[in-house]
Amino acid sequence: MSVAAHETGKPSKGFRIDLKTAGPLVALIVLCILGYLLNPAFLNEGNITNILTRSAFIGIIAVGATFVITAGGIDLSVGSMAAFIAGVMIIIMNSAVDTFGVSIWTVVLGCGSSLILGIGAGFINGFLNTKAKIEAFIVTLGTMGIYRSLVTYFADGGTLSLNNGARDIYRPVYYESFLRIPIPVWVFIAVAIIGWVLMNRTAFGRYCMAIGSNEHVARYSAIKVDRVKTATYILQGLCVSLATIIYVPRLGSASSATGVLWELEAIAAVIIGGTMLKGGFGRIGGTVIGALILTSIGNILNLTEIISNYLNGAVQGVIIVAAVYLQRGSLRTGRKKSAE
Amino acid sequence: MSLKAIALGLLATSALAGAAVAQDTIKIGVSIPAATHGFMGGLNWHAAEAEKRLEAANPNIDLIIVTADGPADQASDLEDLVSVHQIQALVVLPFESEPLTEPVRAVADTGAFITVVDRGLTDPSIQDVYVSGNNTEMGVNSAEYMKTRLGEGDNIVILRGIPTVLDTERFDAFMGAMEGTGINVLDNKFANWNRDDGFEVMQDFLARFPDIDGVWAQDDDITLGVVEAIKQAGRESEMFVVGGAGMKEIVKGVMDGDPLVPVDVLYPPAQIATAMDVTVNHFISNGPVTGSYILGSPLITQENAEQFYFPDSPF
Repeated sequence: MSVAAHETGKPSKGFRIDLKTAGPLVALIVLCILGYLLNPAFLNEGNITNILTRSAFIGIIAVGATFVITAGGIDLSVGSMAAFIAGVMIIIMNSAVDTFGVSIWTVVLGCGSSLILGIGAGFINGFLNTKAKIEAFIVTLGTMGIYRSLVTYFADGGTLSLNNGARDIYRPVYYESFLRIPIPVWVFIAVAIIGWVLMNRTAFGRYCMAIGSNEHVARYSAIKVDRVKTATYILQGLCVSLATIIYVPRLGSASSATGVLWELEAIAAVIIGGTMLKGGFGRIGGTVIGALILTSIGNILNLTEIISNYLNGAVQGVIIVAAVYLQRGSLRTGRKKSAE
Repeated sequence: MSLKAIALGLLATSALAGAAVAQDTIKIGVSIPAATHGFMGGLNWHAAEAEKRLEAANPNIDLIIVTADGPADQASDLEDLVSVHQIQALVVLPFESEPLTEPVRAVADTGAFITVVDRGLTDPSIQDVYVSGNNTEMGVNSAEYMKTRLGEGDNIVILRGIPTVLDTERFDAFMGAMEGTGINVLDNKFANWNRDDGFEVMQDFLARFPDIDGVWAQDDDITLGVVEAIKQAGRESEMFVVGGAGMKEIVKGVMDGDPLVPVDVLYPPAQIATAMDVTVNHFISNGPVTGSYILGSPLITQENAEQFYFPDSPF
């Protein structure tokens, strides 16, 4: 089934891709109109900036998740991994302040360690999945618990806070803008573009789709399945590390409450964007829109008094399901047309 | 260093728990939620501190602290405390009132002395002692402070916790005390006792309302997020924030005269220590200890902040 979708998507690239993109995009536009009608403040420059900046965390992680899911895997550990990396970064930077003093190098050291941790954590997930042959769901469920406990342990059950001096140097990474666009949004844009190129213009992207469609066929086609799958988890870890690097300067702290449910939000963004949960077909552009939809829902709910606070979760659920339905609807019409 | 100490402590506790202890030792089980939130982290720390202090002072008392990740987990903990440790008394902070009422009753049926902390059981007749913070007073004291700073026509926004009875008690008490003051409550939203959500909800309030004079954040984790959002918008001079609980960073800020967070309202994570003290007293004191102990939720101001400041606590 997913093979069929993949194949029909291929030959007539031109307008078929536009049709498929329409679902989530329409959902986002409808959501924006709704937001504006409920409260005109929705379209203020400040509010749009807030939405984009907030989307950056989930969006960057979701770009990585798109590769993992396209290759037929799943990563449930990303939220805990983000909290763990944030915690270790803060510990490292705080002790660096003791030795090197407050300088830009402290922050560079923190960011460097974040990248190493992210890549390492991704490698562990990928290695256990491919070499130890443990289901991705179980491996990442396990590491999810491990990382969450570790950050709680490091924080002694409380909160790890970044040294104030280091924080002042690091702060601009979240709060400053370049050409009126906040730095986190630039990072998000860069990650999305690189992700799109990797997915649509390289052999690696095609391998991911092939493995997700049918792992056995991919193996017989001489694709190095284990290596590619491990690479998707490493890519995921790298994305988590980048998201953490821009997350830490926001509040300068990490605790056991950091990144809770991010894994589900990232997976939701990927699915809303049109990637198939069972793998074989991935869309980076859709993932970006999916992340924007998720963040906008929360924002709109905060901008209105009409809906009872107790129903926030229900409204979010309805919109997520509706967005995916729109997406599936456009896929179905696309396939019918190709059959005709 | 401290990590090592904790590891050693854990080892020692489990060794003690496993070993057969002399007959006249009184075993008291302490069942609390795991440290998954700042306040619970503080509560866990205070429980561990109280254990050290009480065991050092009373060689015949053995306190066994167990932490749970959810109501079902906690019910299993209670069974273990009875069957494995054969406790004579239980100090319990129930995850949720309803599902834990019967498991605690089962412990009481073994003849154990029961102390319930913070979140009550649906059948209070099970407990011998009840120790709790005061959510109503917390709401009222926050409102009373708002009234000293604001007047008719001023605007406030409210960031609530998680939809629970505890949150509703605070909120209703606050709104009751604000009635008839002419101060406008612009809106209230849940920020889930979480600093990230506090940051985002406050950003949205700031985008929506050009004129805000005061913020009731109800919880210190939320407060930290709120403060960052206000600073980002450059509106520090327009408003002030009232949090709650007694997080050390916030209490320190109050001590140092932070104009943005001038006060805090106590909801003591140390209440678990009070409960453990009272329970131990049941065995060593010659006076009666049963009844309810409702701890105050005083306003923490620059003058009195020092007595609520625990720099070693994680919260």
